[in-house]
Amino acid sequence: MIRQFGVDEFIFILGSAKWTLVLTFIALALGSVFGFIIALARVSRFAPLRMLAGAWIGIVQGVPVLMLLFLSYFGLAIAGLDLPPMIAAGISLSLYAGGFLGEIWRGAIQSVPHPQWEASAALALTRTQQYRYVILPQAVRIAVPPTVGFVVQLVKNTAIVSIIGVVELARAGHLINNATFQPFKVFAVVALIYFCICWPISLLARRLERGVHAGRPG
Amino acid sequence: MPVVRVDDVHKRYGALEVLKGVSMAVERGEVVAIIGRSGSGKSTLLRCLNGLEPIQSGRIEVAGHVLDASGRGLRALRKDVGIVFQSYNLFPHLRVAENIMLAPRVALGLSKREARARAEATLAQVGLAEKIEAWPDNLSGGQQQRVAIARSLAMQPKVMLFDEVTSALDPELTGEVLAVLETLARDGMTMLLVTHEMAFARRVADRTIFMHQGLLHEEGPSEEVFGAPRTPELRQFLSGGLK
Repeated sequence: MIRQFGVDEFIFILGSAKWTLVLTFIALALGSVFGFIIALARVSRFAPLRMLAGAWIGIVQGVPVLMLLFLSYFGLAIAGLDLPPMIAAGISLSLYAGGFLGEIWRGAIQSVPHPQWEASAALALTRTQQYRYVILPQAVRIAVPPTVGFVVQLVKNTAIVSIIGVVELARAGHLINNATFQPFKVFAVVALIYFCICWPISLLARRLERGVHAGRPG
Repeated sequence: MPVVRVDDVHKRYGALEVLKGVSMAVERGEVVAIIGRSGSGKSTLLRCLNGLEPIQSGRIEVAGHVLDASGRGLRALRKDVGIVFQSYNLFPHLRVAENIMLAPRVALGLSKREARARAEATLAQVGLAEKIEAWPDNLSGGQQQRVAIARSLAMQPKVMLFDEVTSALDPELTGEVLAVLETLARDGMTMLLVTHEMAFARRVADRTIFMHQGLLHEEGPSEEVFGAPRTPELRQFLSGGLK
C-alpha cells in the first residue's frame, strides 16, 4: 500500500536527523583526538613519526570515505570482527575527520611565525611548554574558522553511512520515499533539514574568519 | 674570570661557512659592541651564544654553562642569558604582564605573585609601568621593544644579548630604546650588542669588535676602534659602510 507523505513521515525523518548529529558529534570528538595527535606528529622533530602521519593523511585524503566505511564494515567482518553498522560508521567517519583535521591543524601550527619559537626557546621554555603556552594558543585562533568549515563537510558526509543501513537523515528519506513514492517532496524535506543544520555552521565559520583577520588577540 | 668565553667557534650553513674560527672573551659588567657588514657573521655569533644556532666545532662558555656541538645544557644556559631580537617577538596572544611573567613562572618555577612583582619591576626599569595590562599590538614599536627587554630582564640574566634591537624602528623611536640600553649598561649589566648605531656603540660600549668575513677582524676599546681604526677594512667600513 502506498502511504501519503504526512506528519508522521515528516516526524520520522526529522527524528532521524538526531543520528546525523550523533554521528557528526562522534566523528568530531574522536576525529579531534586523532587529528591532534596527527598534527603534532606531522610537526615532530622525529622524522619517522612525521612520515607515518603524512602517509596516514595521504591515505585518508586520497581515498573516498565510502572505502573507509566498507573497509571497517565489510573488511573487518571478514577478519572476524563483526561491527554493528553504527560503530563501523562512527569509526570510519572518525578516521576521515582525523585525517582532515590533522592536516588543518598542522597548517595552523606551522603558520605561527618561527620567531615565536625562537623567542620562547630563548626564554628557557621546554618544547612542551613552548607548545602549551606560546604556539598552540596562537594556532587555535588560526585553526578555528577552517575547523568549523570542515564540520559542515562532516555533517553532509555522514549521509554516506546510510549505505550500510544506519538510519540517519539520508537513509530515513530513502525509506520514506520507498513507502510514499514522492521523491521530490521527501528529498526536498531531507535537503532542507541538512541545510538547517549546515547553514548556521557556515555562517559561524564566516564570522570567525572575519574575526581572525581582524587580528585582535583575546 | 670572563663571563663569556668563545673558543675557535666554527658555524656553517651547508657549504657556507659563516663563522671561521672566532675566539673572544667578555668580562663581567663589560659592554661589548659587535659591528660589521651584513653577512659578516655578527648576528650569527650572537645567536650562537645562547644556542639558537648550533655550532659545528669549538666551545662556548657563558655564565658558567658550556655549549658545544652536542647542544646539551641549553636550557640551563638560557636561564642566565637573555636575548632581545630585532623584531621584538612578543607573544601577541598575551598581555604585557603575561608576556613577562610566562618564563619566570614556567621556566624558573616562580609563584604568580613573585612573577608579577618581577614584571612590575622590569617594566618600571624600561619606563612602561603603566602598560602592564596592554596588548602588544596596541604598543608602538619602541614600546614593544622595551617590553621585550623587560621580558628578558625578568629572568634576571647574567648576560644580555641585543641583536640589532633598533633596526626595525623608526628613527624617532630608536632613542627611547637606546636610552634603556644605556641605563642597563650603567647599572653594570654584562651586554653584547650587535648594532648599526655607531655613535651609540662608541659612547656606551667599553669595547667594540669589528667582524669581517666570519672572523673577528679588529677589536679594542671603543674609542680606539672608532677613533683610530688600524685595518683598512674597518676604516672603509666606518667611512662608507654606515647605514
